[in-house]
Amino acid sequence: MKSLSDSKLDHLRNIAAEPDFGGTKYRLIKELAHGGMGTVYLAEDPDLGRRIAIKVLNATELDSALARRMVREAKIIARLEHPGIVPVHDVGELGDGRVFYAMKLVRGERLDEYATRVTSIKDRLRKFQAACDAVGFAHAHGVIHRDLKPQNIMIGSFGEVLVLDWGVAKIIDRVAGSEASADADTLPLPGSQRKVQGKENVDDTTHGTIIGTVGYMSPEQARGEIEQLDERSDVFSLGAILYYLLTNRTPGPAKPRSLNAEVSKTAEAVCLKAMSPNSADRYPRSADLAADVARLLDDEPVSAYRENWFEKTRRWMGKNRFLILIVLAYLLMRLFFILTSRR
Amino acid sequence: MDRDTDIGGPQHRFPATSYSAIIAAASDDQQVRQRALETIVASYWKPAYKYLRIKWQTSNEDAKDLTQGFFTTAIEKSYFAGYDASKASFQTFLRTCLDRYVSNEKKAAQRLKRGAGAEHLSLDFAAAENDLASHLPAEGVTSDEFFHREWVRSVFTIALETLAERYEQSGRELHFKLFERYDLRDEPSEKISYASLASEFKLKTTDVTNYLAAVRRDFRKILLEKVRELTGTEDEFRQVARELLGVDVK
Repeated sequence: MKSLSDSKLDHLRNIAAEPDFGGTKYRLIKELAHGGMGTVYLAEDPDLGRRIAIKVLNATELDSALARRMVREAKIIARLEHPGIVPVHDVGELGDGRVFYAMKLVRGERLDEYATRVTSIKDRLRKFQAACDAVGFAHAHGVIHRDLKPQNIMIGSFGEVLVLDWGVAKIIDRVAGSEASADADTLPLPGSQRKVQGKENVDDTTHGTIIGTVGYMSPEQARGEIEQLDERSDVFSLGAILYYLLTNRTPGPAKPRSLNAEVSKTAEAVCLKAMSPNSADRYPRSADLAADVARLLDDEPVSAYRENWFEKTRRWMGKNRFLILIVLAYLLMRLFFILTSRR
Repeated sequence: MDRDTDIGGPQHRFPATSYSAIIAAASDDQQVRQRALETIVASYWKPAYKYLRIKWQTSNEDAKDLTQGFFTTAIEKSYFAGYDASKASFQTFLRTCLDRYVSNEKKAAQRLKRGAGAEHLSLDFAAAENDLASHLPAEGVTSDEFFHREWVRSVFTIALETLAERYEQSGRELHFKLFERYDLRDEPSEKISYASLASEFKLKTTDVTNYLAAVRRDFRKILLEKVRELTGTEDEFRQVARELLGVDVK
């Protein structure tokens, strides 16, 4: 056989690295994204005639910590039925031993890409609020994400906001009656005689492990205090995302208003409260942050900022501009009539 | 899935074989040892020859003699039985042995021109020389990287030859021809669709999809078998497989 050219060799290496979907109903189309833990592929479900995304673990050891984490990720997402969280359709094992899960294919752009296109702070805040709602829903179900950042938030083609990549999420509370809180500690995978140890409340991360992304992880995450992490750690990351949306910069020591003069004092206060170094000073839950962002959008007073009388008046006037104009017009007309009737 | 198109049967996994030619090279059984040495020589002689030409700047004739001499001496003196997996990968070990051999030969200025009585390995040096002309190392590539890249090329070529042989033996030349036409075409930029292949080979498009998927699966399986054969330890196997395929394999 003729020796392989460089291009053929590279092509064959790619082929050999492709996951083996032979034992499943799915047909591989192409790779979409490659990460440290897994690779996401575009695939087709021929039974339903639709395109889906399949995340495949970059390892064939079914009993490894990574495989356990991936199965747990799929189960966590499956229990979070929310329009802001991508639904999982299937989980299993490929012929080559790799764990996979199939999910809805989301077409759109990442939040950081969206921010390069959309400059309006109000529009950005609306997307941010939707992300807070999705994270708040997860919190209400005892799940913390632990790796929130603009790259893990997707804006779909219909403007919907989806929180992605729950690979390092942690279950902090077992919710009674939840379908996913089944008694089985093992997950049988379709087409496999084996079972993956998938105990949900088992966290593969140990104290001292640093999880998250620099710039977006909370100080307690950066210190590796895994056992102390709760919803407020996610609130910090959301605050960091808000910082990015207000300034177009990864969070740093500068206050948002010093980087972007268009940022209001109230928006800055919401951001800084969410990013308080001390977790006790932050919003206790994502829902509380979302509520303050909603107030911000409605020009209502926010819990993070105490207004003085001048600001209160100015905000009131700003909100009631139409009423003030009508009253002013009425007064002017009265004045006009008074003056003209005297002549 | 089409069972007929699958060498290992459905749901086969990455190679179950744990045969390692590197370990077998130290076997007491002469037949086992012989087979192992043939496997090692088959995958390493071309990279060694090209490495000598590039790193040692030897002439075509000298590189031939040195390659012949190195592998013959390695077999006679059981060089490979002395491999210690805890110290380095087999590839590094072999390259070090080769460097030492060439250095000694040069120092002594007594390169062995093996006479009629000496054993010669059947190696196609003309093909190796042609390969070298078409795959000269790019600027900035070290001789170690070049050796590794050539070894990878050699292992992939051997895996392909084995694949072709197995498909021929099982009467499925058509499957392999499809694979050749689609995945081994000379111009990878040439656009070929499954539909055009189906019409060319008078098949259904779904058959083309299934046959190609099966051949690729078998290729991966054979490739990993070869890597398993050519690595001395589980760790080394996993490391090389990860480097070649980008995934952790068992």
